[in-house]
Amino acid sequence: MSTDMGLRHTPLYERHRALGAKMVPFAGWEMPIQYAGIVAEHRAVRGAAGLFDLSHMGEFFFEGSGALSALDRLVSSDIAGLEVGHARYGLLTNERGTIVDDVIVYRVAPDRLAMVVNAANIEKDAAHVRRHLPSGVRFDDLSMETALIAPQGPRAARILSRVAAMNVDDIVPFGVTTTKVAGANATVARTGYTGEDGFEVFVANADAVRVWDALLEAGKDDGVQPIGLGARDTLRLEARFSLYGNEIDETTNPIEAGLGWTCKLDKEFLGRDPIAKVKEAGPTRRIAGLVIEGGVARHGHPVTDMGVAVGIVTSGTFGPTVQKNIALAYVPAASSKVGTTLAVRIRERDVPATVVKTPFYKRSETK
Amino acid sequence: MTVPQDLRYSKEHEWVRIDGDTATIGITAFAQEQLGDVVFVELPEKGATVRQFSSLGVVESVKAASDIYSPISGEVVERNVKVIEKPELVNTAPYQDGWMLKVKLADKGELQKLLSPDDYRAHIGETPGGGGD
Repeated sequence: MSTDMGLRHTPLYERHRALGAKMVPFAGWEMPIQYAGIVAEHRAVRGAAGLFDLSHMGEFFFEGSGALSALDRLVSSDIAGLEVGHARYGLLTNERGTIVDDVIVYRVAPDRLAMVVNAANIEKDAAHVRRHLPSGVRFDDLSMETALIAPQGPRAARILSRVAAMNVDDIVPFGVTTTKVAGANATVARTGYTGEDGFEVFVANADAVRVWDALLEAGKDDGVQPIGLGARDTLRLEARFSLYGNEIDETTNPIEAGLGWTCKLDKEFLGRDPIAKVKEAGPTRRIAGLVIEGGVARHGHPVTDMGVAVGIVTSGTFGPTVQKNIALAYVPAASSKVGTTLAVRIRERDVPATVVKTPFYKRSETK
Repeated sequence: MTVPQDLRYSKEHEWVRIDGDTATIGITAFAQEQLGDVVFVELPEKGATVRQFSSLGVVESVKAASDIYSPISGEVVERNVKVIEKPELVNTAPYQDGWMLKVKLADKGELQKLLSPDDYRAHIGETPGGGGD
């Protein structure tokens, strides 16, 4: 792990520079925001395949006979029911029922689980987990030793299969297995953050360059491209995936964030009672999807109704696939119904916005 | 980076083309490259007045909004409707179909405050005389 002016570099840093990436600071890391351009990269992932360096993200490991039930009490979703070889999205919640982080939990062996957490939250999450974990469960934070490379897009499976010691099409969505990729020991999961089919490949830092190069080479004829954080954001927003720090944080509860589906309220977990209470009473505000006519809404812009500020945009961009200016925003629950007309205040002007069904983009099931 | 010889430039990366007392305004190839994919352009209407080095409008890329500053003062005689409908013209043809406003020049003397092509090349860190076409 090298550092420069306090910013961390992933093992693929030199590759990004050589590929002509624009590098920016992100959550303490110097990361590629774009290579060819955000729109071109976005289209590559929707139409062919893209390769992401997500090595900044955090990887936690839990081991012991009590690991499964311990994580079931820390994470909002059904971890106790997670079969070996499967992964599940869920939330780390606190006593107040607000969101510490959103995570994916992987049951890699009967008594061994992995958790992927957001880069900006690694230290906070590790402290949170340590505070609540029973003493019999071994916890390792391997974030700084683990690289994460994600081939995503309709052609990701065929490209990854060419360099893996297995046909990765045998992995079901949200399945996880261990295999070799480009000769390196790898954990491969069929997960992602793009709204497309895709995989996340975990390897040791020392193997990252080899795996990255092999995937770019194997996907050359299929149009694989390296993808930066810019397109990662437009892809996830079209697919209506929450971004920690935007839609969700320690002031938001899962119900208002539209993440009630990740909360298994008939089990005990940290924050269950306050979340159940919000669900029962109904939240006062909700995340709504907006389409804006005549301007690009951005994080922090006020949402207005008849000239009065009633909410706030959490994420907004131009959606390259849907070809519309789209946003997620907290609005009063009563104004969150599809078809409601609101406005977003962009540069002192109230620009008309309509509440629409989300996700903004959903891939067709046929390949 | 393309820096045409027949234009004058502002430090804020706008260009101006003079034809009689009409000035055509746009942003440079360097500016569009820095912005990335332009997805929205907001321009004043015909009859509006723009002032030298004051904001005349906004370009939004996928990532962020940026002000466009007018390189000269005058009255707007035409705005480019095509660039409002197809903002990507700013990326694909910044000096041609991607122009933004035509303005009736208020004061030709203001042109003295703008950069020559060589000075603009130096401003963006390129060798004077290199890269033009």
